[in-house]
Amino acid sequence: MDPIYQALVDIAGEEYVSNRPEELYIYSFDLGTAEPCRPHYVISTRTTEHIQNIVRLANKENIPVVPLGGGLSLAGLAVPLKGGILLDLKRMDSIIEVNEKARYAVLECGVSQGQLTAYLERHHPHLTHSEPGAPPSATIVGNAVIHGQGDLAQPYGFNSDLVNGLEVVLPTGEVCHFGSVAIGAGWFTNHPLPDMGLFLGWCGATGIITKVSIRLFPAKKIRGVGTFVVEDEELIPEIIYKLTHTQMAEDIIAFSRAIPPFASGLQHVTVNIAADSDKELEFKQEIIWDDTLGEYIRKGDGGYLGFVRSLERPQISKTSDYKKGGGFEYVGSIMPIDRYPECYRKGREISERHGIPYTVTGRCIGAGHNMMFAWTYAFNRADPATIEQAREALHETDDLVLELGGVIWKPGTYGQKLLLERLDPGTRELMRKVKKLLDPNGIMNPGNWEVD
Amino acid sequence: MFTLNFDVEKCLCCETQSCLTRCQYLDIDRDSAQEEILKIARGEDSFVLHNCVTCYACEEYCPMGNHPFFLIVEQQEALNLLPVPRPLIKRAVNLGVPFRGKPEIAEVNGPVLNMAAFSELVGLIQGRLFKGLTVISTDGRKMFHYFCQLMYLHYAKSSVIKERLPGIIDTINRHKPTEVICFHDECYGTYTSYCSAVGIDVPFKPVHFYDFLYRRLTELKDAIRPVNLKVAYQRPCSSRLSPDKHHFVRDIFELVGVECVEREYVDENALCCAGAIQGQRREGSRRRAAEIQRKNIEDIKKAGAQTCIFNCPACYQTLGTMLAREGIKPMHMSDLCRLAIGEKPTGRR
Repeated sequence: MDPIYQALVDIAGEEYVSNRPEELYIYSFDLGTAEPCRPHYVISTRTTEHIQNIVRLANKENIPVVPLGGGLSLAGLAVPLKGGILLDLKRMDSIIEVNEKARYAVLECGVSQGQLTAYLERHHPHLTHSEPGAPPSATIVGNAVIHGQGDLAQPYGFNSDLVNGLEVVLPTGEVCHFGSVAIGAGWFTNHPLPDMGLFLGWCGATGIITKVSIRLFPAKKIRGVGTFVVEDEELIPEIIYKLTHTQMAEDIIAFSRAIPPFASGLQHVTVNIAADSDKELEFKQEIIWDDTLGEYIRKGDGGYLGFVRSLERPQISKTSDYKKGGGFEYVGSIMPIDRYPECYRKGREISERHGIPYTVTGRCIGAGHNMMFAWTYAFNRADPATIEQAREALHETDDLVLELGGVIWKPGTYGQKLLLERLDPGTRELMRKVKKLLDPNGIMNPGNWEVD
Repeated sequence: MFTLNFDVEKCLCCETQSCLTRCQYLDIDRDSAQEEILKIARGEDSFVLHNCVTCYACEEYCPMGNHPFFLIVEQQEALNLLPVPRPLIKRAVNLGVPFRGKPEIAEVNGPVLNMAAFSELVGLIQGRLFKGLTVISTDGRKMFHYFCQLMYLHYAKSSVIKERLPGIIDTINRHKPTEVICFHDECYGTYTSYCSAVGIDVPFKPVHFYDFLYRRLTELKDAIRPVNLKVAYQRPCSSRLSPDKHHFVRDIFELVGVECVEREYVDENALCCAGAIQGQRREGSRRRAAEIQRKNIEDIKKAGAQTCIFNCPACYQTLGTMLAREGIKPMHMSDLCRLAIGEKPTGRR
């Protein structure tokens, strides 16, 4: 009997541990273009104690540990690049607390965004969360860890900005709490204690988040989306600037794509609007479409396409249908909004050069403070040539992000390398020290954010 | 290129100029109306070209059998007085571009029901009413090969219609239909009214959907049980191109045992769903559309309708949810007919 396997069985029970090839295969890849790598073991944990015991075992055996949430990053961030123990966290899915008045929820790390949405709709209909454009099985913690953004990013920022507190298992097995919960005062704020932001954005390379407190927001009775269309991409930054000035929108997204043909060569701006009454809705619509964007309509440069009383989440995944084989991956970036026109034009050039129908999307974060701009590339999972084509386009786009003055969002290993090459030496040295301090044996998700 | 057959002499002889004087969205007397329509016919600018909401109604109002709406649209395009912002026109023009392969053509040598650009609504043509009928354009990926294109009248793009329509007609005709039942009355209006107005040959016999439904209901008369609902009807803009078929609405209502409520905005006085108005360039179009919709729905409510019957999927999409919020159930005509013969309506979200 493999002693590591047996030790894992002792921790979580036989039915939650596997080293069978067919199950390891499932955990060897994500849905993007990253090369597959098999873990040696997979374990589905239920408690913080399980995780503590696993990292202690991994340190003893000097074997990597890779935490996995929904496994939907597409950038290969939870692919076990150097094998080891794959920690499937989806079973840790308790919604521990929802505080209606202080508007926050305390969740275990395996709670999915779809689960939280359904729970809030059922038990707390006055509350909502900033729901990412990812599939419902994406986890809340996973999204915060990659600095994801949801459909309330425009008013409230990145989902990682909405964290009120964390429980983290350090790579050496200790459990730490951050935010007000660290002094036993509940999970209602992340401030004002000394900043210990060592875990978000690290892809699990500095520890495993086991609990999160996430801010919730008022859920208005009416939530819907209106669409505005322009042809000239140069108009998008000023349109977003004007829209954010109204402070009346929730999500603001601009997109363009080659397929279906109606979207080609045009910029669609979707604006989510929420209201508690028809009166409030009409007031906001009047401000947004008539007063703010009316000048474009009258000149014939922009058109109001209508308002639908339901939320249509961004459906980048639809691009996976562009080619046979249903694959897609995108490069995300955090970018100043005034770069939208160049992002669109250059991204389109890259797509066309690689024979892939172009798809670009920009989501406004904050009051126009920046945007998440994504270039999506479809490929056929069964055709290695198209995968390679998409991979080349993705790498070119990583380079483009930096050329345009942006920051690659949730970079894969190629993008991480580009960022580390440009990183301020002082910051880079601090990262190295932090990593060494927290993870002395380098067991946590190796291959990601490796400063050395 | 095909040319609109518009006879100015008819306007000179017209005693009413109803095309414009009866327009629900313009305020104009008879003399001014004649002056404006003649200006348009001469290729000159007219305030009508700027203010037209593209509701098609003047085609029905014209007592001379002329084509005032088609003329307005042609002149809007000729003078580049586009009623809708340019990006929406580009979007609409691209919308009708097929991009998922060619249709599979099977020769039918019999009647066909053409779903046109509404393949996704095949749920509405199930059951005994449609038993044995061959349906074409059932594949949503290829439906734009069957799209009649008349929607581009709302965008002042007659040129697109004329360019694409012969190809569409050819695709349908390759099925060798003896008659083509048009699911959407815009298709029927295209093949009967528009094509003859601009000189495009239609080699098959178009049949109005309601004509077909009425015939089938008559054949299934023994199965009909009165539905006993109070209903209103949302008349689509394109039905103005086939006013001779509008009587089927009341004929069907009578056959299936529903009460058609008395209301102000009905038949020739029907209000547009305003889906095409909200995006127009003219200042205040969004609010204008909302106001028309409010008036329309208030009228339906006041008349005591429990259900509003639709033919046009676009009208349904525009007004359906609004009506449902007011407690009035939106329903497609085929669903009403199926209800009458004891079948479960498909419904539509």
